[in-house]
Amino acid sequence: MRARCLLFAAAPLCAALAVRGEAATAATVFIHDATVHTLTAAGVLQHADILIRDGRIAELGTRLTAPGSAERIEAAGRPVTPGLFGGIGYLGVEEIGLEPAADDYALKLGGAMRPEFDVSSAFNPDSVVLGVSRLGGITFAQLGPATEAGGSIIAGQGAVVRLDGEVAAPRALFIDAGSDASQLAGGSRAGEFMLLSQAITEVRAPQQLLPNDQRLLTPAGRETLRGYLGGTHRVVVDVNRASDIRQVLSFARREHLAIAIRGADEAWRVAPELAAAGVAVILDPLDDLPQSFDMVGATLENAARLNAAGVKVVFSFADPEPHNIRKLRQGAGVAVAHGMPWEAALAALTRNPAELFGVADRNGSIERGHPADLVLWSGDPLEVTTLADAVFIQGVAQPMRSRQTELRDRYLQKLRAHAAR
Amino acid sequence: MTRLCCFLVAAALSGCATQAARPAKTSAPAPAPATTIAPAASFYPSTYQPPPGAPTLIRNATVLTGTGTRLEHADVLLVDGKISAVGTALSAPASASVVDGTGRWVTPGLIDIHSHLGVYPMPAVAGNDDGNEATSPSTANVWAEHSVWPQDPGFRTALAGGITTLQILPGSANLIGGRSVVLKNVPSVTYQGMKFPDAPQGLKMACGENPKRVYGAGKKVFPSTRMGNMAGYRAQWAEAQEYLRDNLEYQKKLAAGAKDAKAPKRDLRLDTLAAALQGQILIHMHCYRADEMAAVLDMSREFGYHVAAFHHAVEAYKISDLLAHNGVCAAMWADWWGFKMESYDGIPENMAFVDAAPGGCAIVHSDSDEGIQRLNQEAAKVLAYGARAGLDVPPERAIRWLTANPAKSLGLESRIGTLEPGKMADVVVWNGTPFSVYALADLVYIDGALRYDRAHPEVAPRSDFLLGQPAAPEVTP
Repeated sequence: MRARCLLFAAAPLCAALAVRGEAATAATVFIHDATVHTLTAAGVLQHADILIRDGRIAELGTRLTAPGSAERIEAAGRPVTPGLFGGIGYLGVEEIGLEPAADDYALKLGGAMRPEFDVSSAFNPDSVVLGVSRLGGITFAQLGPATEAGGSIIAGQGAVVRLDGEVAAPRALFIDAGSDASQLAGGSRAGEFMLLSQAITEVRAPQQLLPNDQRLLTPAGRETLRGYLGGTHRVVVDVNRASDIRQVLSFARREHLAIAIRGADEAWRVAPELAAAGVAVILDPLDDLPQSFDMVGATLENAARLNAAGVKVVFSFADPEPHNIRKLRQGAGVAVAHGMPWEAALAALTRNPAELFGVADRNGSIERGHPADLVLWSGDPLEVTTLADAVFIQGVAQPMRSRQTELRDRYLQKLRAHAAR
Repeated sequence: MTRLCCFLVAAALSGCATQAARPAKTSAPAPAPATTIAPAASFYPSTYQPPPGAPTLIRNATVLTGTGTRLEHADVLLVDGKISAVGTALSAPASASVVDGTGRWVTPGLIDIHSHLGVYPMPAVAGNDDGNEATSPSTANVWAEHSVWPQDPGFRTALAGGITTLQILPGSANLIGGRSVVLKNVPSVTYQGMKFPDAPQGLKMACGENPKRVYGAGKKVFPSTRMGNMAGYRAQWAEAQEYLRDNLEYQKKLAAGAKDAKAPKRDLRLDTLAAALQGQILIHMHCYRADEMAAVLDMSREFGYHVAAFHHAVEAYKISDLLAHNGVCAAMWADWWGFKMESYDGIPENMAFVDAAPGGCAIVHSDSDEGIQRLNQEAAKVLAYGARAGLDVPPERAIRWLTANPAKSLGLESRIGTLEPGKMADVVVWNGTPFSVYALADLVYIDGALRYDRAHPEVAPRSDFLLGQPAAPEVTP
């Protein structure tokens, strides 16, 4: 029954058999005859089988034999990819936009710089946004707190979360710069670098601090920031203007920060420098308008040009609102339509973010021995007419239900009753 | 990171009015009857003139006519700015420019009835912030056209997405936001040069959270609740009824030769509302929740007007029968939801539900400078979700969501929205099926004139704003 359910996961009737809470244990599953995009050196495997046992990919190859106990999914050539990345944002820390009581994504302590703020502890694995996003084939996302009025240019930290509700171990630090944040730095983007330098000095040379000095950081903040100065933990800086990106590259080199550039609408103009520095770019593939003077160079070809220059690209919407992150693969498809190789666009939704945020051992690729984190698609995963047919996170088949399918099915009955009258 | 997309800004600050076309109403505005008051629109005429040009014959394409028909290996002939013929093996005049449609799809030009291009233009700096006259809950006196900046770079990116006609609305901060304007998506220094000739104006109204947030929570004035919203509209309509009656009586006296007839004092706000009550201005209403849409329909009966379309309408699927029964269109996104409480119940099958109700009128709208670039993909997403729910919609029907149905809601269904002889030659030639993420408009014609050519970007001039800027050079994909 279960295998049939996976097979016809699209059908509301069948999917209703697997509701959240009943699917918490990893069954042995055999996916037969899939086109497997491994995102590893193995590339694309045609007519491949995947055996998932004890939550891991036990076997991956052609003409495998299914154990008798395994639930069988007939892929019939359909694509299987690693689970997709949902971008950086507020998944599980914003239930409803515009409702402060349902939002936890920003710290507004009157301008204090608090890098020790870790938004991950506010994460709600029961947010209905997770279920909706899982149906879109998303299995992991990076929490990134916001910089808002009343906060500071250091927004704080966030973890990678998996859409089964797990919070992964690595943390990244988020800094906002450019015109978006200049009001939090005295009204000038030059103030942003001044404040960052001061904060770093407080960490590196605490002995120079006198009791009455105006300090930016608390002792806990200094401790947190110290962890990001060694170049091992990821620091994400949000800037768009080409000159700001150059400033950030130079600042990061000087201070030994392991940065990634987020936003990056004009990154294509700085592509050789980014490639030389080995700095990844996290961009919105749908940005092509001069929303601000920082983005006059925005173009749908940003991703294609960066990729061609050898820069590692990761997709994330500029808007961190979590509800429609399932749209991100549409953005990847648009990037392909504007010159990015298809394989590179898929990597920007899978392997690249998993590597960038330190979870490549569990997300972003399909590899023997790894936890099974994968999606079976009805067709080309970057195509808007394609839907996810089955989703596995850490080896567990996810229920293909969400609050939205509940609403759909309730009113579908009403629609059909009306049509029948 | 702190940047909101245009859609959110619009959703948060702007309210869409409802404009519903009366069933079977023809689009060309009737000549103003003697009882019409204040025909002010005639003082702000369109100066748009389609350029003369040779006929164009598009050959051997898959053609979605917008009437519900799909033709294979078909030709479309454009002559003198009009659709001249659609069929197979058409012969072209000797002067015609011939386009090879092999492997390509041809559709009517796309129509977005919910855009803030020009009134919330790029760059989104304070000096360009002209979309919400958020100083009073009823600003029926303002006209969106008087805010439109034709240099908004978003017009051109929308054109690359096949948009040939768009309605520019005031935002949704107010219960009654003001008059809309319908534009042809052509480059122009003035808005009059884009203005769709003789298109009815719309009236933007807004339900729900936005007005009560902007006024009640923000300014501590009326309204602060949904019941306040309703009382607010009703007070405006009651005033407009009285104004209309006074003006009609005055005109009757004048016509009867009464020498002592005294003209009522002119009121720009009531001019708009009275014209809306008379059906000369079409009502477009931003409304998310099913229960609020139902209340608005009752109100429209109380005051005797028709709602052309509910915009956003994320809960339209709960009342698709009620909307169809009232002849009201719903203009929707494919998948946006949850950005505020009143959008929490959004589902991606919404449009398919509205379409499935007998007589239903589903429209894809954008409210976004990003979404307007790919209305075709919005529809494509719904096709997939709909099919999974057992609501199959073929492409030849789905194309109506972005062509014929929006044309109807604008009162322009006799002039645009389908590829029928005599209609304006607003046509898109796509590189393949438009219902794909890889779809690109190859050629866009407006009134028979080629306005966009993907292989020759210079055909569509860039905004003055981008001149001399480090903007991206254009490379043909």
